Amino acid sequence: MAEQGVAQVWRRIRAMYRIEGNMCETCNTYYFPPRPVCPTCRRKGKLELYTFKGLGKIYTFSIVRQAPEDFKRQIPYVIAQVELDEGTRLTAQIVNVDPEDVKIGMRVRACFRKIKEFGSGGIIVYGYKFEPVMKVTGHE
Amino acid sequence: MSNNVAIAGVGISKFGELWDKNLRDITLEAGMYAIFDAGVPGADIDGMVIGNMSAGRFTGQEHLGALAVDMGGLGDIPAYSVEAACASGGAAVRQAYMAIKSGEHDVMLVLGSEKMSDVNQTEAMNTISVASDWEWEGMFGATFPALYAFMARRHMMEYGTTEEQLALPTVKNHANAVHNEIAQFQRAVPIEVVMKSGLLADPLRILHSAPITDGAAGLVICRADLVKKYTDTPIYIESSEQRSDTLALHDRKSITTLDAVVSSTKAALHEAGLELKDIDVLELHDSFSIGEIIITEDVGIAKKGEGGKALEEGITEIGGKFPVNTSGGLKARGHPVGATGVAQIVELCLQLRGEADKRQVDGAEKGLAVNIGGTGATSIVHILGR
Amino acid sequence: MVGIVGYGVYVPRYRIKTTDIAEVWGDFSGSIGKGLGVFEKSVPGPDEDVATISVEAARNAVKRAQIDPRDIEAVYVGSESHPYAVKPTGTMVAEAIGCTHDMTCADLEFACKAGTAGIQMCMGLVKSKMIKIGLAIGSDTAQGRPGDALEYSAAAGGAAYLIGSKNPLATIEETVSFTTDTPDFWRREGEDYPSHGARFTGEPAYFRHVEAGAKSLLKKTKTTIDDYDYFVFHSPNGKFPVAMGAQLGVPKEKLEDSLVVRQIGNTYSGSAMMALARVLDLAKPGSKIFVVAYGSGAGSDAFSITVEDAIEDRRGEVPTVDDYVERKTYVDYATYAKFRRKIKALG
Repeated sequence: MAEQGVAQVWRRIRAMYRIEGNMCETCNTYYFPPRPVCPTCRRKGKLELYTFKGLGKIYTFSIVRQAPEDFKRQIPYVIAQVELDEGTRLTAQIVNVDPEDVKIGMRVRACFRKIKEFGSGGIIVYGYKFEPVMKVTGHE
Repeated sequence: MSNNVAIAGVGISKFGELWDKNLRDITLEAGMYAIFDAGVPGADIDGMVIGNMSAGRFTGQEHLGALAVDMGGLGDIPAYSVEAACASGGAAVRQAYMAIKSGEHDVMLVLGSEKMSDVNQTEAMNTISVASDWEWEGMFGATFPALYAFMARRHMMEYGTTEEQLALPTVKNHANAVHNEIAQFQRAVPIEVVMKSGLLADPLRILHSAPITDGAAGLVICRADLVKKYTDTPIYIESSEQRSDTLALHDRKSITTLDAVVSSTKAALHEAGLELKDIDVLELHDSFSIGEIIITEDVGIAKKGEGGKALEEGITEIGGKFPVNTSGGLKARGHPVGATGVAQIVELCLQLRGEADKRQVDGAEKGLAVNIGGTGATSIVHILGR
Repeated sequence: MVGIVGYGVYVPRYRIKTTDIAEVWGDFSGSIGKGLGVFEKSVPGPDEDVATISVEAARNAVKRAQIDPRDIEAVYVGSESHPYAVKPTGTMVAEAIGCTHDMTCADLEFACKAGTAGIQMCMGLVKSKMIKIGLAIGSDTAQGRPGDALEYSAAAGGAAYLIGSKNPLATIEETVSFTTDTPDFWRREGEDYPSHGARFTGEPAYFRHVEAGAKSLLKKTKTTIDDYDYFVFHSPNGKFPVAMGAQLGVPKEKLEDSLVVRQIGNTYSGSAMMALARVLDLAKPGSKIFVVAYGSGAGSDAFSITVEDAIEDRRGEVPTVDDYVERKTYVDYATYAKFRRKIKALG
């Protein structure tokens, strides 16, 4: 793996911590992670930074029961594609819920969690996971 | 329709956990079998291309083109490897096809090779995962099975595909591989066993998933006007097409259709001047059983959502209208990543030559192979005819 | 005038009952909860740590304060379980909540009063007009040595306070501290679990410093115990703060609302700040709150706080301490040990 992953992780901090992507003002499409080129407009695209609201719903999911070393401690965990309110989808774990209760269409919001560690001496990668909206997320 | 490129010979190693053999051994084996089968003198070969996904991570070795030419004693011919994740083999076939069609080369050796068991399971799983979007899917805990599980769950929700149907590709492919002496698994598996096997990522189970495999396959491909010099049973590559799609599954419009498969298949049929009903035998990429179900729909054998039904009705069995994966597919023949795309072509050649023994499709004249990379970001289709 | 312009907390969802812990160590009497005044404690999930807890609490604080995070010019995170020994939690929190790069930051350690020390630092920066708004967080995922008395109460949670001068929800009139070199509880570099002086942690440590801090605050503000409506003392368990209150002549009812320790345990650097947050969730404008935080090693930070009208507009937007306390899922000792990495082989 690249030098303890340091530079690779550092470049993605804003995107991972705050779900900061971009949007193309020409075609009004939202992108996460931020794209260097709007695939629809290419040269005609005008990309501006955009921080997603962090709310969305579950598009599809799976309960992972066999995983590599760095995720073993969390098994079984729920991994999902979340469709953000802005229309963009991303892949993230769903937490604060029992796996049996997860459903397609469930409303979720982003929270800040540990994603992985590069061993006990390496850096810790933080980023987004999603949890069902509930009283403690400031909803309902 | 292209009559420009032909296949003079095929070769394939045993597929499985080959503890006694290293990457060089299996690559050399496949290459030599292909050369002997073609009856081509080594000196006639003027170029080589090898499909391989990740020899660097699996064995620490890169620069495979030079390695293979050196091992085979093929002199100073040009050689390099190509990578398109699980479609690396198909990409190698396509490279040689284009090189010969363009007139740049006359006779080429195509290899596909992967040695996966020299690293432990975790490292192997992590390496395969980089076929997906590593930074934005794998890094967050989406294992490769989890991504296909996403597709399975949506397919079940959108079209009512059942757990039984999800198990059928495995049952069929294992039954086919009983008659394939190089296959990793050569025993039938009853559906109940498939449906009770351990969960990898709901709803996908261990027996829905292709295994970790070592293996290699090879082809001697040449100009159509030269092939009769070498063999009486030439097979012609009637078309070769490839399309791409977004790397991350979450960027696709729909995750129950593989757009790249749909478009590359349409293009290949059009280029060959054929319709699907003209195809007698198919090799469709089944890294997971849901993959075979979806691709069965996307090539047009079944309507969207009815891939499971097609399996239930036996349409894709050896005696059915569109036999799929007579070799056992990735599931039972095995899936040494870079070799698979070439192995699919080897099987189609054996079928079209009437040499497929107990798994022969009677009178097969046209074959079609779909080899995809990752979760469908690359799709490479070849149509062969005799 | 300097005060609290916003506050927020976070408590993880998992809980373990003190009776379940006791049974693992051979105590089936069921009396441990009553003895300590702690019935269950919060447990962080395997993907939670002081950084994640601090970010959630800080996000709540920013939401309640209705400020632009770009106006935060100082971030201090106090904890005794920072994820890194060297690399500040504060920078990660600042990035996650949207601060600019033009700010100061540092991590603090003073056992359970590292967070309140951060509040004092922010007060100084705001009062001297060096910054407009500062963020002080007290947050911990405290580790209890298996089989030790502290295993029953060492919990996880955090509280974040935004300190500023414009339109505070509660003003901080005065703060004083009392500090000595007292070795009641410590952890050496490289050690997994802290050590402590058992009964020495009572009278010469906790009680001495909290009392001194309290008396010093009363003197400085020229007030008496009767002038206050609510009292918050650091809560290592449910008994110490009650005993301290009795010693100072505090009526029991005035202490009740702060005793969240009974349901979630001792959140160490988050303890007094979480207890204060619970009082702020309930207190009417005009109420006066008397806070004394304590940190082993040892010292106390005391605050005299008055609740302002502005607090009522900001209720209902952000989850309360009780919302988090009520959100719980129980785990057994084996799961707790797995989550808390007490099983060496898992690394």
